[in-house]
This record gives sequence, structure tokens and C-alpha cells, in this order.
Amino acid sequence: MEHYLSLMIQAIFVENLALAFFLGMCTFLAISKKVDAAFGLGVAVIVVLTLSVPVNQLIFNQVLREGALAWAGLPEVDLSFLGLLTYIGVIAALVQILEMVLDKYMPALYNALGVFLPLITVNCAILGASLFMVERDYTFSESVVYGLGAGIGWALAIVALAGIREKLKYSDVPAGLRGLGITFIAVGLMSLGFMSFSGISL
Amino acid sequence: MSDVSAKKVLFDPIFNNNPIALQILGICSALAVTTSMSVTLVMCASVIAVCAFSNLAVSLIRTQIPSSIRIIVQMTIIASLVIVVDQLLKAFAYETSKQLSVFVGLIITNCIVLGRAEGFAMKNGPYMSFLDGIGNGLGYSVLLIAVAFFREVLGSGSLMGYTLMPLVNDGGWYLPNGLLLLPPSAFFIIGLLIWALRAWKPDQVEEPDFKMSRHKVREAF
Repeated sequence: MEHYLSLMIQAIFVENLALAFFLGMCTFLAISKKVDAAFGLGVAVIVVLTLSVPVNQLIFNQVLREGALAWAGLPEVDLSFLGLLTYIGVIAALVQILEMVLDKYMPALYNALGVFLPLITVNCAILGASLFMVERDYTFSESVVYGLGAGIGWALAIVALAGIREKLKYSDVPAGLRGLGITFIAVGLMSLGFMSFSGISL
Repeated sequence: MSDVSAKKVLFDPIFNNNPIALQILGICSALAVTTSMSVTLVMCASVIAVCAFSNLAVSLIRTQIPSSIRIIVQMTIIASLVIVVDQLLKAFAYETSKQLSVFVGLIITNCIVLGRAEGFAMKNGPYMSFLDGIGNGLGYSVLLIAVAFFREVLGSGSLMGYTLMPLVNDGGWYLPNGLLLLPPSAFFIIGLLIWALRAWKPDQVEEPDFKMSRHKVREAF
């Protein structure tokens, strides 16, 4: 149990996808002007990450990994080079299915997430988490915890940045730094703040 | 767009319409690889190759793709190209590919590649699209190389692995700035580079949301 708790803390704070690995930066900078929108996107990312990382873990270990197809009489087949294509396909399909399910059974949540769901397919944080899962060789239950933690960390970072930017627009910034420039500096300072979590383990 | 010259298509994205500094595209997968120059160069070459060839491929079949599934087709083309690059790197530059770790794979979700395929290659011929891919890849590379230059020279006193400024630890005089090897410095450097670029080309400055009103001094009585 402690192992999972430690993995969770590490995924949320120490190895924050947005601030330590620069993943999902495009949407991170583009959708962080208002706290409401940032929160909606954050929730969508948590949901998709929690589902897609374990699903990709299963596919990698049951189908793609070297020797995984031994039950079908193909012990020497190594399909791991197909990984990238498979993960992105799984993510796109999952987002589509999630959209249909939400539309049918939870219209309120569907309306709240709105345009953010399709955007998530091309969010590097989602694919990045799956690739980290493969690289670090997580087990199934570890991958569930990692997906959830990574999602919460990303959501936390974007909501915090949106809060800062809502105040920042009232300030008198030098002309060339206005908009994108000052946002980068603010993200840098946030990232510096998150670095103080490094070294924490339970 | 036959009136647009090849030169303009190729060189515009470098300073006038830089994908990172102006269009906010493709920042995702790249910043973590800028701690050393040699790794950055490999990453830039990969992005230029993927961007150019995906533009070429999408442009060649642009009249055949049904528009309802175009994103999936583009994604598949890009993912296949990235797999080729990834396998090549693993075969010929194994050490570098270990350092790049997941970031080669993340070229797939690099918004520059998909953005140019969707925004330019779907509407233009193969030759122009190929040049546009190279141009945007170069614009991305220029910014990345600039970031890597500052981070490696000031952070570890060397460039491409050759020592420029001997470190204190090795009996030299330069005390390296450890911050530049950590993630936050990349954000600062890009922020400052954007400032420099906009100071040079003032038409790229964004409009403020609010204007400061002038401070009026009133007589008290």
C-alpha cells in the first residue's frame, strides 16, 4: 500500500507532467486564461489518463511485448515497434468512446467538458504518460495509480496557472513580454516551486 | 497559393512566424531535451524530417482523404514516420536515443507536425508543402538550439561535449549554474527569447487586456 501511495505522490508533485517534463504544454498555455475552462480540461485529462494508461499497459504486456504472443504459437514475435501507433490509436478510440458514453448517460458532465474532450487526443501528456509507463515497466495496478496521479498533477498545475494568469492580466507588463512571454516566466517560477517537492518519498 | 514564393514559404516560419514564439505550437515534447547541444541537434533533425515528409505525404493524397476521417489519416502517417525515425535512432545512435527516451515518440503529438499537415499540406501542392515542413522544422530548431546553447554553456561550461569554460571542480575558474540544467530554466530562457524577438519585431507584440490609465495628480483643495 505504501508503495502505491509513494508512487501517487511522486506522480502528482515530484514528476509533475507539465512542470517537470514539459508535457501537454500547448494546451497548458492555450487553455489557461480562465480558471473554469482550466478546471474542465483538468478533469477531462484525469479521466482519460486514468483509463488510457492501464489499457495501454494491458495491450503492451498481452500483445506487443516480445514473447507475449507465445500462446498463439508465435513465441519469437516482437511487435513492440508498433507501440507508438497502437497507443495513439487506443487514446483516440478511448476519447471517442468516452465522448459517446458521457453524451448518453451523463449529459451534464458532457456539456461541462464540451470541446476539451477531442482536444485531449493530441495532448502530449496523455501519450507521454503511456510511454513512461512502458519505459518504467509498471504492473497493472501501478499503472492505474500512476495514470490517476499524473492526471491530478497536470490538472493541479493548469488550474494554478489559470489562477495566476487571471490576476496577471491586470498588471503592467513590458510590451515585448506581454502575453506569451510573461506566461513562460510565470510557469518557470511555478516549476521552481514544484521542484521543492523533489526528494519526498513515503 | 501559387503566388507565394518558395523562399517565403521556407524562411517565413523562422523569424516572422515562428511556430514556438508566435503560434504557441510544439513546445510540448522539446524542452526537456535541451540540456545538451548534441541531443538537441538529433531531436531537431528528427522533427524536421518528420514534419517535411508528413507534409509531403499528406499533400500527395490530400484529394483522396475524406474530410471526416482526415485527422486519423494524418495521425497514422505521422505515427508511421515517427516509428521509422525511432527505429533508425535505436539502430545507429543508441546512446542518444536512450537520452531522448520518450521524447522521440512524442513527436507524434507535437502540434507543429499535425498543425502544418492540417493547416498547410491539405491545401497546397507537394513541393510547397515539403518546403513548408522544412521551414517550420527549422523555425522550431532555431529556438531549440538557442535554448540548448545557453543551457549547456552556462549550465555545464561545455558545448557539444567540448569544454569551453573549465569548471571549478576540475581545477578551472567557472562555477557552473546548476539551475540551467533543471526544468525551470528552459521556461525562463524561452520567455526571454520571446521578449528579445518581439523587441526586434514589434508587430508581434500582443495587445494588452487592460490599459493602464494615466496617473492624474489632483489638487487637494
